[in-house]
Amino acid sequence: MAEVAGLSGIGVCAGVAAGPLLRIADVPALPPPVAVTDAEAEIARASAALAEVVAFLEHRADRATDETVAEVLRAEAMMAGDEALLDGVRDHVEGGADAVHAVSLAFGTYREAFEAAGGYLAERVADLDDLRNRAVALLLGRPMPGVPQPGHPYVLAAKDLAPADTADLDPAQVMALVTEVGGPTSHTAILARALGLPAVVSCPGVLDIAEGTLVLVDGATGRVDAGVEQSVAEAAVRGAAEVAAAVAALTGPGQTSDGYGVKLLANVGSAKNVPAADEVHAEGVGLFRTELLFLDRTREPGRDEQVEAYREVFSAMRGRRVVIRTLDAGADKPLPFLNQEGEPNPALGVRGLRVARQRPEVLTTQLAAIAEARAQTGADVWVMAPMVSTITEAASFAAAVREAGLPRAGVMIEVPAAALRARDLLRVVDFLSIGTNDLSQYTFAADRMCGALADLLDPWQPALLQLIGICGEAGRAAGKPVGVCGEAAADAALAPILVGLGVTSLSMSPRAVPAVRAALAGVTEADCRRLAELAVAAPDATGARKAAGL
Amino acid sequence: MPTRTVAVGSASGLHARPAKIFVEAAAAAPVKVTIRVGDKKPVPAKSMLSVLALGAKQGTEVTLEAEGDGAEQALTELATLLATDLDASDG
Repeated sequence: MAEVAGLSGIGVCAGVAAGPLLRIADVPALPPPVAVTDAEAEIARASAALAEVVAFLEHRADRATDETVAEVLRAEAMMAGDEALLDGVRDHVEGGADAVHAVSLAFGTYREAFEAAGGYLAERVADLDDLRNRAVALLLGRPMPGVPQPGHPYVLAAKDLAPADTADLDPAQVMALVTEVGGPTSHTAILARALGLPAVVSCPGVLDIAEGTLVLVDGATGRVDAGVEQSVAEAAVRGAAEVAAAVAALTGPGQTSDGYGVKLLANVGSAKNVPAADEVHAEGVGLFRTELLFLDRTREPGRDEQVEAYREVFSAMRGRRVVIRTLDAGADKPLPFLNQEGEPNPALGVRGLRVARQRPEVLTTQLAAIAEARAQTGADVWVMAPMVSTITEAASFAAAVREAGLPRAGVMIEVPAAALRARDLLRVVDFLSIGTNDLSQYTFAADRMCGALADLLDPWQPALLQLIGICGEAGRAAGKPVGVCGEAAADAALAPILVGLGVTSLSMSPRAVPAVRAALAGVTEADCRRLAELAVAAPDATGARKAAGL
Repeated sequence: MPTRTVAVGSASGLHARPAKIFVEAAAAAPVKVTIRVGDKKPVPAKSMLSVLALGAKQGTEVTLEAEGDGAEQALTELATLLATDLDASDG
């Protein structure tokens, strides 16, 4: 019997799955240079490796279902097969380098040029590195780096997942994700929730497990058991599926066991997400992100195009609330038509509502389009602005919303300054919606994408909960709604605490709705308030979890 | 030698899709075409990596050169392509 090893990390997407563990192959280190005796043979080896990379990428492009992905892969294939690159390889081999080093040096020339050019090209450096690493791995007789495609179900282990890995991730093969680093807002976590894959992050030791070992992953508790018996794993997966089915069977509006109502809403990016929201009986949309329409555009989408996109969601949600967020550009979502390149620190730059300082017409066009779509559908439309810091900003946004003929204006709470002045904000707007991912980032001065700071970005951090509490109190005093629409809203264990802090609606990935509904159904409103007090009083995130009985 | 100097018309510069369209057209030309920015070293126009590495943005002036039969016509066609906003078909 194999030795069973239990590891633990942070569960970021609930669910239980088991399968053989496979790792994302590492980038191979360059061996010491070897003296070249037969230059032509070295050039031929390098050329063959590059040709194999080209063939691999073209094969993947042919199989890609998404046309954009296919186009990106073909562009990469073109680079790997570039004649000028091969000329560079030849020059380096003739200069005495072996095939591996010649390939690496030849890519290096372009890498430098791309980095020097900045902007779009600097972002393509990762693509060049990927091509180089693939060719180097082939020359060294190692597996190509990247997500394995074994053709059977498995559990994927990695140090962390990069956005580029997600294109390769086949949900038919990957059963669960486990990463050594990363936090609740890392790409791994976001991807896992989008795909509904059980996932554990920040799990030290996972990379020491031998390839192919059967592992059992519990994305709720964060536990990862390696070397379990097949029968034990199967029983655990089956048991979890039964519990999940029972949870999913609960329907109806969100409420505590004593009938205190909490609206359970869905986060959507387009009408495509509405069926998923319907499936889990979401009571409306708590965050309609409008960026999708603007991404990758060199020009602002026209008013009619916007009306059409908004109308689709509004009519699909007819009779229910739709909270639509105006364009949240900047930081991790730069938009070409706004020419935002060159900000030294984009997360602290002109993003969200701040764009309206320079380009007020983008906001007024969007509000006019929202108003028109609302008029055509009669939906219960609420409009909110991202990245608001001051009462002045909130008041001018609310005025623009009313000017457009829209009935309800709100602001997102992502900046600590706004949370501290929640009471004043509610004098000028109708509701607040707390974006916990950014609020964490700005409260703890910790980059959302920085895996090494995952503990600071934990939504259970008492300081974050305290800021949420200030907003909740302000909402209670004003009799106005306060929602949460960040990743924290999808944490079923945290839901009672958020409600206890005064939050009146939770908006999340549709997949998270059943578990949150079940968590609220198991507590009274008084329980929520007591748990909230304990969590805020805890010294740290671990203490807050303990206080909640986790 | 037949030469054309033209300002890049694509809004995103000579990157991504515009670069791909240009490189493919250059590869299909009957003559060997080079491209350069200012007095820098000319690079093969059918090399995606070399064209990208020029870092040409919208409005950057680039010079095309080619020699041989059909060079004039090939350069005219490629120069027209470069001057066009190839991002405009994004929809």
